[in-house]
Amino acid sequence: MKYNAFMFFRRIFCTIVLLLGFLWAGNAMAQTNKVTMEKLPHLQKYLNSSSDTTYIINFWATWCKPCIEELPNFEAIQQQYQSKPVQVVLVSMDFAKDFEKKVIPFVSRHKLKSTVFLLDEPDQNAWIDTVDPSWSGAIPATLFVNNSRKQRLFLEKPITLAQLQEYLTSKFSQNP
Amino acid sequence: MKKPYPLFVLLLSMLALFSSTAYRLAETGYQVGDTASDIRLKNVNGQMVSLRDQKDAKGFIVTFTCNTCPYAKLYEDRLIQLHQKYASKGYPVIAINPNDVTASPDDSYADMQKRAKDKKFPFVYLHDETQEVAKRYGATRTPHVYVLTKSGQDLKVSYIGAIDDNSGDPAKVQKRYVEAAIDNLLSGKAVQQASTKAIGCTIKWRNNS
Repeated sequence: MKYNAFMFFRRIFCTIVLLLGFLWAGNAMAQTNKVTMEKLPHLQKYLNSSSDTTYIINFWATWCKPCIEELPNFEAIQQQYQSKPVQVVLVSMDFAKDFEKKVIPFVSRHKLKSTVFLLDEPDQNAWIDTVDPSWSGAIPATLFVNNSRKQRLFLEKPITLAQLQEYLTSKFSQNP
Repeated sequence: MKKPYPLFVLLLSMLALFSSTAYRLAETGYQVGDTASDIRLKNVNGQMVSLRDQKDAKGFIVTFTCNTCPYAKLYEDRLIQLHQKYASKGYPVIAINPNDVTASPDDSYADMQKRAKDKKFPFVYLHDETQEVAKRYGATRTPHVYVLTKSGQDLKVSYIGAIDDNSGDPAKVQKRYVEAAIDNLLSGKAVQQASTKAIGCTIKWRNNS
């Protein structure tokens, strides 16, 4: 009798532990799945996309203070345009070695909902011009691109939410 | 009928020349091949430094850098190595901090003095307090290098860009852009790769977020 009760509680305890474990693992997986590490072709998919989507591609890094300050603007604009063909893509310029200990924790801590990936291409001179020839390499930098409408706008400076809204409505005829 | 014509052409071309130079200076600063003007700024030791005064130099590795940008910090040791390798060959490093103190308090003159002391900078570290030099040169980020070469009385811009092709890991560097440019210059050749780009921190401009 006593032995059975022990068995019963042990079974319940194990089930709870197991369930908690699954929950924790699921949560951790959701967080790590959110941000990936990519090579150049992944970025080029957005740069060269022919779909009628306006991509707002922002180059940032966890160590870049003005970048971090403007990230909420990109999150907000993505929310406002959730049902529209507008996609924010946050491209982290952090080093690959900082992916696990800086970028993943940053993305989950700030609960970033936009598409975000780390671009692991250390030879920056080889690809900066393909984003925009006028880009010197300073960040923050942001490219608006809609290839099907042959529209693009590049900015090598911080950007406010009001500016994001204005560019989308006036230059890309996209209303929330 | 024919007389006013050359004068008119001259005037027109002068106007065109003036407006195109003005536009270029305002928009992008120096390009490779341009003549650079002198720099005169205060060093961390309190003395004014001018490029003109350095009679023995063949040129300069003018580098816009700062105390605060992680990318700039990653290159401090490599800047020291560049200076140690090339100052004796006539190309000293001239480090310039263009960041506005209000926008970036840790880039103050006192902080620059401390950083230069802590890292034992063998080169001058100049304070571009008004940001005039950075604007004139067209610098946008830290680090941002301009290799200048003396040509008679003039300073020619021979190279603009990055120090090498791997900021994150000095051990994985394959192309040492600045070294290659100066080696070209020292052997009397044209610089093969005269401009490159790299990620860096935006210069913290005055009255800017």
